[in-house]
Amino acid sequence: MSEPPGATLAPEAPSAADEPSKPLAAQRVLPLRRPGRWMATAAVLVLVAQFAHGLVTNPFYQWDRWGYWFLRPSILDGLVITLEVTAYSAVLGLIGGILLALARLSKSPVLRAVSWTYVWALRSIPLIVVLLFLYNFSALYRTLSVGVPFGPAFFSFDESKLATDMVIAVVGLSLNEAAYAAEVVRGGILSVDQGQHEAAAALGLPKGYQFRRIVFPQALRSIIPNYVNQLIGLVKSTSLVFYVSLLDLFGTAQSMGSTYPGDIVPLLLVVTVWYLILTSVVSVIQFYVERYYARGATRSLPPTPWQRLRAGLTDLRARVRREAAV
Amino acid sequence: MSITDTLETAPAALEIHDVHKWYGAHRVLDGVDLTIRPGEVTVILGPSGSGKSTLLRVINHLEKPEIGYVSVNDELIGVKRQGERLKELSERAILAQRGRIGFVFQNFNLFPHLTVLDNVAAAPVATGKLTKPEAQALAKELLERVGLGERVGAYPRQLSGGQQQRVAIARALALRPGVILFDEPTSALDPELVGEVLSVIKDLATSGTTLVIVTHEIGFAREIADRVVFIDEGRIVEQGPPSEVLDKPRHERTRDFLSKVL
Repeated sequence: MSEPPGATLAPEAPSAADEPSKPLAAQRVLPLRRPGRWMATAAVLVLVAQFAHGLVTNPFYQWDRWGYWFLRPSILDGLVITLEVTAYSAVLGLIGGILLALARLSKSPVLRAVSWTYVWALRSIPLIVVLLFLYNFSALYRTLSVGVPFGPAFFSFDESKLATDMVIAVVGLSLNEAAYAAEVVRGGILSVDQGQHEAAAALGLPKGYQFRRIVFPQALRSIIPNYVNQLIGLVKSTSLVFYVSLLDLFGTAQSMGSTYPGDIVPLLLVVTVWYLILTSVVSVIQFYVERYYARGATRSLPPTPWQRLRAGLTDLRARVRREAAV
Repeated sequence: MSITDTLETAPAALEIHDVHKWYGAHRVLDGVDLTIRPGEVTVILGPSGSGKSTLLRVINHLEKPEIGYVSVNDELIGVKRQGERLKELSERAILAQRGRIGFVFQNFNLFPHLTVLDNVAAAPVATGKLTKPEAQALAKELLERVGLGERVGAYPRQLSGGQQQRVAIARALALRPGVILFDEPTSALDPELVGEVLSVIKDLATSGTTLVIVTHEIGFAREIADRVVFIDEGRIVEQGPPSEVLDKPRHERTRDFLSKVL
């Protein structure tokens, strides 16, 4: 063997001409230079600057028209419809998803099969087809009635009165959403440790309590990120309700666009910015909800962005002071 | 013999009657009979895979025996007598019975999203035995007793393994069970944490609670057990006071096992 590895790093190495006073062990290690990373960063910055410049200076975007449309009452009415459809479908879809997930996890083979088939069918059929089916539903079933199955009816409804455009949109989106939510919820429930079920059973906790207070809150930790993902998809899927003649945000912009053909691009930009805002709001809510359900799962809660910023500033100040002292 | 003599007249706290259990073709329990008197501390020993954990889980009906039955304080567990047959009880009735049998798991299985206090107070409230303030007062008292009065607001994952297991014991005690079952309560712990859990169990043993403990801690068994039961291949090979089973084992298999673990 050649010389031991320690020899090349000997503390007395006569190298430190710049800092001769300090022993090697007291000196900071020089960080590795990464020129490739710097070049890639510069190239990306140039591209981003080009894009931003184009966005601002290209007259084709017509930002003045964007400003005109952004808070127009007709657009805001559309926004309210979008929010309503999203909210109802998100809640109904989640409830449906929980029921489907429980059916899928039940010991009854019939419930399992029905749940599986529902999820299979609704995930296979495009949402737009579901919506158009419902739109033409009154032609298939003229009245709906509540009564003994295959027997006499107690109440009946005229389907065309019951099925407003809003109801069709919410039902269609909820049916679709439930199929996806079912898988999200099922995955969450399966992610809870078997020991938790056993401990709850061994304590004799009532069945409903076991699910509501022990299993489901723990499942939520994995359900929330997946369901929010789903929810953001839903916010955008609501733009399809335009096809069942409900004027949501996108629908309003679309119809305004046919009235003012010159404003199509600024109208699309208005829609884009609103969807960006909606998604951002959902993401912020997601952060805090996730943080709430992380209680106990991690030893300490993750900091909020605000706390992280403050900690970062404190760190920076300490570092500057340290550097100044050296 | 002396213990059996003095307790002869008392009714059984726990009776296991000819229990058989299969997993598929594999026979896990092969006709186990065991009668445990009130206040008795029973330690179950046996090589891994011998069926000792399964036996414990059969007692509170986490596992259903194929043949045979278990009764606690003369009440059949998980089944009722209907003429000459045994009929399965409703899930609700089984859950109610489990409240009378404490169970402490090897991996603690505390509820990670609840504070230590809520872990202990949850079951008496959920089963309608106590109001929330009563349950919380009881939980504080029990946590005090296992030496964790200071940590009531902590979440389980903020505690050491030994502390978690002590919370789990307090949680089992909160339902005031007649019998407490321990499934290898110290096997998941670092060696320096084993002592604190064993000392809590020892306190329970001297307070007259009926305990059934599956463990590999032979020294502990010798110290607290009224009776040691050695199980192998789903059968009770021998049983008796620790001075007999641990010091003068009569069976080859017991001797073989003890020589490996001691």
